[in-house]
Amino acid sequence: MTNISFTVNGQPRTVTVAPWVSLLDALREHLHLTGTKKGCDHGQCGACTVLCEDKRILSCLTLAVMKNGRSITTIEGIADGEKLHPLQQAFIDHDAFQCGYCTPGQLCSAIGMLHEGKARTREEVKELMSGNLCRCGANVGIIDAIMQVKETYSHE
Amino acid sequence: MKPFTLRKPNDIKQALSGKKAGEAYIAGGTNLVDLMKKHIAEPDALLDVTTALSAGIETSSRGIRIGAMVRNSHIASHAAIQSQYPLLAKAILAGASPQIRNMASTAGNLLQRTRCPYFYDITLPCNKRKPGSGCGALEGENRMSAIVGYSEHCVAVHPSDMCVALAALDASVVVSGSGGKSESIPFASFHRLPGTTPEIDNNLPVNALITAVEIPANAFHKHYAYLKVRDRTSYAFALVSVAAALQLSGTKITAARLASGGVAHKPWRWHEAEKFLQGKEATAANFSQAAAIAARSTKPLSHNGYKVTMLQGAIETALHNCLNA
Repeated sequence: MTNISFTVNGQPRTVTVAPWVSLLDALREHLHLTGTKKGCDHGQCGACTVLCEDKRILSCLTLAVMKNGRSITTIEGIADGEKLHPLQQAFIDHDAFQCGYCTPGQLCSAIGMLHEGKARTREEVKELMSGNLCRCGANVGIIDAIMQVKETYSHE
Repeated sequence: MKPFTLRKPNDIKQALSGKKAGEAYIAGGTNLVDLMKKHIAEPDALLDVTTALSAGIETSSRGIRIGAMVRNSHIASHAAIQSQYPLLAKAILAGASPQIRNMASTAGNLLQRTRCPYFYDITLPCNKRKPGSGCGALEGENRMSAIVGYSEHCVAVHPSDMCVALAALDASVVVSGSGGKSESIPFASFHRLPGTTPEIDNNLPVNALITAVEIPANAFHKHYAYLKVRDRTSYAFALVSVAAALQLSGTKITAARLASGGVAHKPWRWHEAEKFLQGKEATAANFSQAAAIAARSTKPLSHNGYKVTMLQGAIETALHNCLNA
């Protein structure tokens, strides 16, 4: 077992995990942050997307021990208290989900994408969100929501 | 996953001297962790080389050196890569998903397993996963499989897009061995064809580490194209991909590069077609002829004959796209 100390949603956290525990399982099972979802557990669906120092990564293919000392943001960390992140509000406004299982990953991925600042057109947003699958087929609403926020988004 | 221990060497020397048989290096982990979850890779210990290896990109008049630990997304967005080696950026952005590109390392992209559905299903035969068990794909589900360079022992294809561009650009792979000696392996000799030993994907010496990938300076930054044909618009392996690059003097082709993914056990160069284009006019007829030359050297399996037609069209289109790049 290994002790790892990292920052999760702005808070310093320490967990004791075996080397084979994924970041996803560390977040869900050890820190009880169950907002991050386990979809395929093989890097194909994007449901487990979290941010590591503002970069979107797949927590299912990340070993928790390899994130010692790093800063992780999950879906639980994106709102400002009771005030929703603009993307969260936009997802509600645009019916950007049905079952909601992929939504935390979609939101974290979209935040990472906006931070990257590469997407200009709707086509580019679609391409750069392709690592996040939605089996309900809410993709049109998801892209609508992101396009709306993209117009106003400025990263610090 | 089979239980394992993990340690983190501080530098290359420590990483090389500390590794024992049955242990594996881990960087981005996007392929290895997945293989470990499936019990296809079962190392006793992992050596986390994320600190030991360079994450820097250095440019010089001779070319560019990409540290083994540079993440794929960083290469694609690097200013010098975009201006001097845009084919590489284009290929990288055609591969995987943004999340995976943020994680995956340069060396790891080269070292990801050549694979197919039979390799991933441990209940089925696969010579690559279990030597001697047979190739299930050879006469089975081989729609995605190779059309050139395969053997009766394995028909899997290398899944990388980045490597197709590196092959086209005559990159070399810098490796460090346990004696501390550094050597440079031409990209064309790095990955292997399956032959009778499909379990070995590449010629990285035992107990050696990739430390960097180098691309020699070239003038292929003006006329280039990366075309990837796949089952869905994004985030899928290539059925066929083409990296094309031309140097032109007026309308005359002074140098041509053509490579493909999705067709062979390794990134595949179409040397004969390149040679045909050299010195020719950049016309539709010549592009079509070059594509036909490439297609002629293929030998499809029972369910992937469509790839030959697809390849021919993709080469023609990619060469046309070079003119509009």
